[in-house]
Amino acid sequence: MRTPTQTLTHLDRLESESIHIIREATAESERPVMLYSVGKDSGVMVHLARKAFYPARPPFPLLHVDTTWKFRAMYEFRDRMAAEAGMELKVWQNPECVRLGINPFDHGSQVHTDLWKTEGLKQALEHYGFDAAFGGARRDEEKSRAKERVFSIRSPQHRWDPKAQRPELWSLYNVRRRPGETIRVFPLSNWTELDVWLYIQREGIPIVPLYLAAPRPVVERNGMLIMVDDDRMRLLPGEQPEWRSVRFRTLGCYPLTAAVPSTASTLPEVIAEMLRTTTSERQGRIIDHDQSASMEKKKQEGYF
Amino acid sequence: MPADDGSIDSDIEAYLAAHERKTLLRFITCGSVDDGKSTLIGRFLYESKLVFEDQLAALEADSKTLGTQGGELDFALLVDGLQAEREQGITIDVAYRFFSTPRRTFIVADTPGHEQYTRNMVTGASTAQLAVVLVDARKGVLTQTRRHTYLVALLGIRHLVLAVNKLDLVGYSREVFEEIESQYRRFAAEVGVDDVVCIPLSALRGDNITAPSPNTPWYEGPTLIEHLETVPVDDERQAKPFRMPVQWVNRPDPEFRGFSGLIVSGVIHPGDPVRILPSGRTSVVSRIVTFDGDLPEASAGQSVTLTLAEEIDVSRGDVIAAADSAPALADQFEAHVIWMADTEMLPGRPYLMKIGTLTVGLVIGPPKYRINVDTLEHAAAKTLTLNEIGVCNVSVDRPIPFDPYRVNRDMGGFIVIDRLSNETVGAGLLHFALRRAHNIHWQAIEVNKAAHARLKGQEPTVVWFTGLSGAGKSTIANIVERKLHEMGRHTYLLDGDNVRHGLNRDLGFTDADRVENIRRVAEVAALMVDAGLIVLVSFISPFRTERAMARERVAEGEFLEVYVDTPLAVAEARDHKGLYAKARRGELPNFTGIDSPYEPPESPELRLDTTRLSPEEAADRVIAALQERGRLG
Repeated sequence: MRTPTQTLTHLDRLESESIHIIREATAESERPVMLYSVGKDSGVMVHLARKAFYPARPPFPLLHVDTTWKFRAMYEFRDRMAAEAGMELKVWQNPECVRLGINPFDHGSQVHTDLWKTEGLKQALEHYGFDAAFGGARRDEEKSRAKERVFSIRSPQHRWDPKAQRPELWSLYNVRRRPGETIRVFPLSNWTELDVWLYIQREGIPIVPLYLAAPRPVVERNGMLIMVDDDRMRLLPGEQPEWRSVRFRTLGCYPLTAAVPSTASTLPEVIAEMLRTTTSERQGRIIDHDQSASMEKKKQEGYF
Repeated sequence: MPADDGSIDSDIEAYLAAHERKTLLRFITCGSVDDGKSTLIGRFLYESKLVFEDQLAALEADSKTLGTQGGELDFALLVDGLQAEREQGITIDVAYRFFSTPRRTFIVADTPGHEQYTRNMVTGASTAQLAVVLVDARKGVLTQTRRHTYLVALLGIRHLVLAVNKLDLVGYSREVFEEIESQYRRFAAEVGVDDVVCIPLSALRGDNITAPSPNTPWYEGPTLIEHLETVPVDDERQAKPFRMPVQWVNRPDPEFRGFSGLIVSGVIHPGDPVRILPSGRTSVVSRIVTFDGDLPEASAGQSVTLTLAEEIDVSRGDVIAAADSAPALADQFEAHVIWMADTEMLPGRPYLMKIGTLTVGLVIGPPKYRINVDTLEHAAAKTLTLNEIGVCNVSVDRPIPFDPYRVNRDMGGFIVIDRLSNETVGAGLLHFALRRAHNIHWQAIEVNKAAHARLKGQEPTVVWFTGLSGAGKSTIANIVERKLHEMGRHTYLLDGDNVRHGLNRDLGFTDADRVENIRRVAEVAALMVDAGLIVLVSFISPFRTERAMARERVAEGEFLEVYVDTPLAVAEARDHKGLYAKARRGELPNFTGIDSPYEPPESPELRLDTTRLSPEEAADRVIAALQERGRLG
């Protein structure tokens, strides 16, 4: 029997498993879609989709559930990336939020996120009739994610029932569903934050410049550094933006995502910083802080 | 221990390059309740410096309010995710955890010790290369320890670690450790695993996790992490013959036709001869196509796209295999079946099997025996319930390529899917084929169905009457038969009560027996249709799945489902045979409508509302329906 000339590394195995998942979900769905949040995990996911179907283009569009409150740099990057991948980009903005002008300043982070993102996502899936949606969530992000399956069935009301999950054995995924049910697929389930960074480095995947340190105008609120991205940022009395060298570990809506002080301006420096870091990735996400099991609650309501 | 800070700072590029080259080990932790699995994994994360300051702050707070360690750090709280189990202090599902050391990265499946969640343990074991079995030093080898060891061995794990935990609570006693070790080794040998490493430790105190403990000077073996880092997991899959189930046919343009899939075993190069299963056609690999350029070689674990020298028909579900050692094709097997659903397995019910990238119709025969996983004894069984494991004959609706599970997990492992709920209700391991597909020869019959029907001047049809007991099925079916007979049509009436006196007299009224009852009747009806007859079937037939199966036994258009729709109250009020009264008194268990469910048809060809139609009128509706469909010639 011939033996292979090289061993597969853990990144090779993760890549291969993700490609298998993406192909499997696509083969067994009518109208799949890949959620694209412009973040680094999304970037990795799109890269894997291109690999899965090469030399063809991925046979599904990208969907950005927009809040209109992303950093400006993210919008520029988003349009460039979709064009480069040769994939159609659909952008959905919850029309109700547009009408009411929902924003994090007047309505608070909870309402802002619920309406733009959770409701917006449900609307978009229903509007386009997508029956399978790829998301970039990883099991290492948060405790309740650690137990979610790779293929997660959602009721026609988009709810997740943690007590009724299908067992996933070997690499066999049961993708069958009833009319109205949809499926969320997480190809990066088994990746860690470090794996994502190492893979971005190895593959040369472009990322939004905000992940790298640069002097940026920020104000300090409740111990968090908030970047003043444009004139929509309302300053509190006495607040004076100051220029500091900062970067973002995670990218959400700009007033809701805190920056961290950093001088890591290259990928290896970012990775080195990450390895030494002492706070977890979602720390910068203000919505997670309300209660320690808040992610599980959001997921049951249909959040990704 | 993601890194020694010095190396990150001095040469980050070199550090990253080293990290990129690490290999991956997937393992599972199992053991009884309170043996300390979650604590051990929490300890791994903590020792690997993967617990961040904010998580540590939350852990300290949680340890005081929810902890079971009297306010000391309770590592289990780091891994017990879902709210319900945090409150109950137990793990109720499989959780996947990730950590890495300078040598390897690890994916850990943390699986529950509770009896009712065996299915989750089997799930976690299915992808693991090694199992860490925990025992509490104070309790030794328990029933659950044996059960979990049996299960991981059954699922094909060949490397075991026995972690004798909580050794601090027995004063780090060497005698206690060695007694447990010898007990356990005997059992592991019984289930066929020889690679067993036993390690004395305390997950809570950190003994022998990363560093040799001063408390166990008599122990000379590796620490747990040391062993996990060095145990050889050289991929045995790569030494096996080449197999790749086709996931996707890649056709970007008429010039290119590639077959994409994950290689589950072996190695492949351009120029290698391959055989396509089930068609048996052979060809030669011309290219191994990837986004990063064509490869000179690919092996087990890689997702690739192959192109072939010849233009041959290959579709999703096919297997591309080494031409000189291709898998066998078969449609009947002996298999281990692990049941994972609250509803019991029904022998004879049509399910679906997903194996590789192929989904086929599946029927599971009655268990030959059930395995008592605590004693490994075989017990007689008619069915399998949640978490039970049995050996059964299974048959699929077409010949499929397979290898025995013990030879190739990915070519012999399957899941069982319920056709109506779409749930994954079980898993199975194929052992061997009961007959090879190429030995099946249908008796060639010259006088066929069309010939029989022509002679009778009618279109053979099954008219299937379903409804509650006392709904009026037999009354209406009898009138229909009389009228058809008067019209000179060739008919036969299969009536539930009569068939149960003969053909099916060995069957009772449990769900499993009801399924078999209907299966036999469906087969008989199909034979009669073959003989050219119009068959009237009058059976309660309470389950949709079995009625769907009966429909599938005959050709499109040959099946007419008639729902004799009588509300339960009306049928019970009629009660010609006095059965409802008996059932209400508890003298007739499993009576449809009383303590056994009736699933009404969702779209029958005909619905007869007996509260508005007389039996004569109802029979006329049936005749009209047959005429409309041209079944009466």
